[in-house]
Amino acid sequence: MRFIDEFRNSAAGRGLALRIQEKKVRPTNLMEVCGTHTVAIFKHGIRQILPEKINLLSGPGCPVCVTPNADIDKAIALAKNAQVILTTFGDMMKVPGSYSSLSQVKAVGADIRVVYSILDALKIAENNSRKSVVFLGVGFETTSPTTASAILEAERLGIDNFFFLSVHKLIPPAMRALLDSDEVHIDGFICPGHVSTIIGSQPYEFIPREYGIPCVIAGFEPLDILQAIDMLLEQISAEEPRVDIQYRRAVRKEGNPIALKYLSTVFDVTDARWRGIGIIPKSGLKLGQRYERVDADCAFKIVTRPPKEAAGCCCGDILRGVSTPHECGLFAKACTPEHPVGPCMVSTEGTCSVWYLYEEEGEALSQTGEPQANNKPVTLKE
Amino acid sequence: MRKARIILGHGSGGKLSHDLIESLFMPRFINPILQAGDDSAVFPLTDSDRISKRRQLSEDEIAFTTDSYVVNPLSWPGGDIGRLAVCGTVNDLAMVGATPLYLSAAFVIEEGLPISTLRRIVTSMQRAAKEARVKIVAGDTKVVEKGSADGLFINTAGVGLLSGEVKISGSNAQPGDMVIVSGTIGDHGIAVLSAREGLTFSNSFKSDVAPLNHMVDAMLRTSHKVHAMRDPTRGGLATTLNEIARQSKAGICILEEQIPIREEVAAACEILGYDPLYVANEGKLVACVAPEDAERMVQVMRKARYGHEATIIGEVLSGPKGRVIMRTRVGGTRIVDMLTGDMLPRIC
Amino acid sequence: MCLAVPVRVLQIDSLEALVEVGGLARQASIMLVPDVQVGDYVLLHAGFAIQKLDEKEAEETIRLFEEIAEGMGD
Repeated sequence: MRFIDEFRNSAAGRGLALRIQEKKVRPTNLMEVCGTHTVAIFKHGIRQILPEKINLLSGPGCPVCVTPNADIDKAIALAKNAQVILTTFGDMMKVPGSYSSLSQVKAVGADIRVVYSILDALKIAENNSRKSVVFLGVGFETTSPTTASAILEAERLGIDNFFFLSVHKLIPPAMRALLDSDEVHIDGFICPGHVSTIIGSQPYEFIPREYGIPCVIAGFEPLDILQAIDMLLEQISAEEPRVDIQYRRAVRKEGNPIALKYLSTVFDVTDARWRGIGIIPKSGLKLGQRYERVDADCAFKIVTRPPKEAAGCCCGDILRGVSTPHECGLFAKACTPEHPVGPCMVSTEGTCSVWYLYEEEGEALSQTGEPQANNKPVTLKE
Repeated sequence: MRKARIILGHGSGGKLSHDLIESLFMPRFINPILQAGDDSAVFPLTDSDRISKRRQLSEDEIAFTTDSYVVNPLSWPGGDIGRLAVCGTVNDLAMVGATPLYLSAAFVIEEGLPISTLRRIVTSMQRAAKEARVKIVAGDTKVVEKGSADGLFINTAGVGLLSGEVKISGSNAQPGDMVIVSGTIGDHGIAVLSAREGLTFSNSFKSDVAPLNHMVDAMLRTSHKVHAMRDPTRGGLATTLNEIARQSKAGICILEEQIPIREEVAAACEILGYDPLYVANEGKLVACVAPEDAERMVQVMRKARYGHEATIIGEVLSGPKGRVIMRTRVGGTRIVDMLTGDMLPRIC
Repeated sequence: MCLAVPVRVLQIDSLEALVEVGGLARQASIMLVPDVQVGDYVLLHAGFAIQKLDEKEAEETIRLFEEIAEGMGD
């Protein structure tokens, strides 16, 4: 596949790893903000080829994980309404709310449909004019423009049974909240490449300016991530923090002005609650006054019981990078991907799930004394 | 949610399915034949109380298996539920090294199904049975009220014969064995998915549903050192390799670069956020073969109708026991776990 | 939640496009990048083209990686 395979080249990967290994660095904490980066890092085994001194921290960039129970509870309450078809991305199905999950209420009859695109949800609304079709809009700046586009499209087509529950969130305010909490020491940020295709590089400028921390906007292929780490180390050693773009083929300084225009047409910026972090000022998107009639929050009377958090769950600390999954008493014991307690275990890009699937057992691996594939050359005749 | 309920993930062939079998079915049905945990049960035709835990090799052992087929839609490019119902059971018999002989077929039909659809599917079964050289010798038909079934469910059971020399089991992979896959992975799962509403691509994928028993015949004539064999259906290659690693108490290391995958399947996985290692196959097998015979085995498989792209993808190691690891293209390593839950398209 | 794949634009019909990757074609909305042309590469996320891919920049990065790969001697 053009523009994918070139960025997975094996020799270049080893070359970049060598470059990084040859740099003299003090212990360095780099945070990948975006959950999609977390998955890519583990999937390609990047942590194992980095020097021990470079520690990668996972940040709050998994939209499924940071959605608080109260919002999940609302979606579940809507789904239970017999008049409603709830549509959402597959990622949301298994996330536990306070009392249940979408996948559990679907099992007892709620009409919930997984869609790949909000345009599929729009079609469902078109084909089910007697029902109310609600789209649970989750995601960061990469995804929210697609919701905005669909809202404008539904308006243009005169489809009046399509509603939205927006839990969309914004990344830069969360980065600021993390820095202000001063709980973790961060030497550099691997900034989210696809969020940046929309917002550009300017919204991160406050990070080097006010906090003196280097930022590199990175792509998602293994070579992109390795190069971004190399660029961060350069910035750190030169002590010249700034916002660099590694993912130049997709990210322009100004972002995507049309997408930004749609966002501001449809949404208002609002304070939003993030799981584990609390309320972050101006970090969420809610439908603006003009679109209130399609805001599920206004159109439906949604009654939920008071939200509650699962006892012992450390998702909050993990989302802030304060704890690693191993420091949670439930991890890999009471909480597994089959029986998740918290959202970080259920979301494909949740830190706990990724550690459980790719790493937790990988660490157990090195303790068995068995030969590790890493060191043992596998002999294969071609 | 105080009362646990069955969710779709329990049927995905991944971890939840295994948990359900181990915690609910296995303790109630327990016996040494079932405990072997292979694709087919293997036993001599004798009173079950006289069968010891350790399998004795004898001339008159038979293999027996059953599988139900519930798939939406009923047909897709490259196959339909009828062909799948025959091939799936034939392959389960072949995976323990048996020669498939006889099948039963039971139909649960939803009221309202067009007879022409049923005729098409049964004709497809006839064709698949002919290709696999098995006979359908018993059957059953039930019709249920509209809404009680999704069009048509089919159950097939199958019986096959084992020659005394063959001992193939998911628990028999040996350190040093080469891991061979018979062709490209993920073709079936992506074909079915893309035929489903909502994920439409303009291209038509072709499912790989096929009977593998003739290829297995050729393989077993080539070498007695096929230690483990399994067809990576639901849960995909990753789940099957994990089953073999667990049952054989061995480790398995695979190389990302060696895993055959069609470009369009890889592309669909990129778009839908799937890992092709977890996508279902219905016409592929994985075999663990002694290293000295592995190259020859690949050559033999490549001559078979459904094995043109057979290749070595990795090796069985003494440990870490029960784990599958993958060397990635860029030189890292990662754990490859079983499928957890069911697969949903994701944008994350 | 930010998977996006580079795809090539095959046909354009108003704000809908047929896009292709790895021999696989599907429809995508180009509402967010209305000025793309047939032959352009765009990033596809959740059924939408969200940004145009700059091929010149991509080639430059690829060239750099090729140099690094050559330095590894294989």
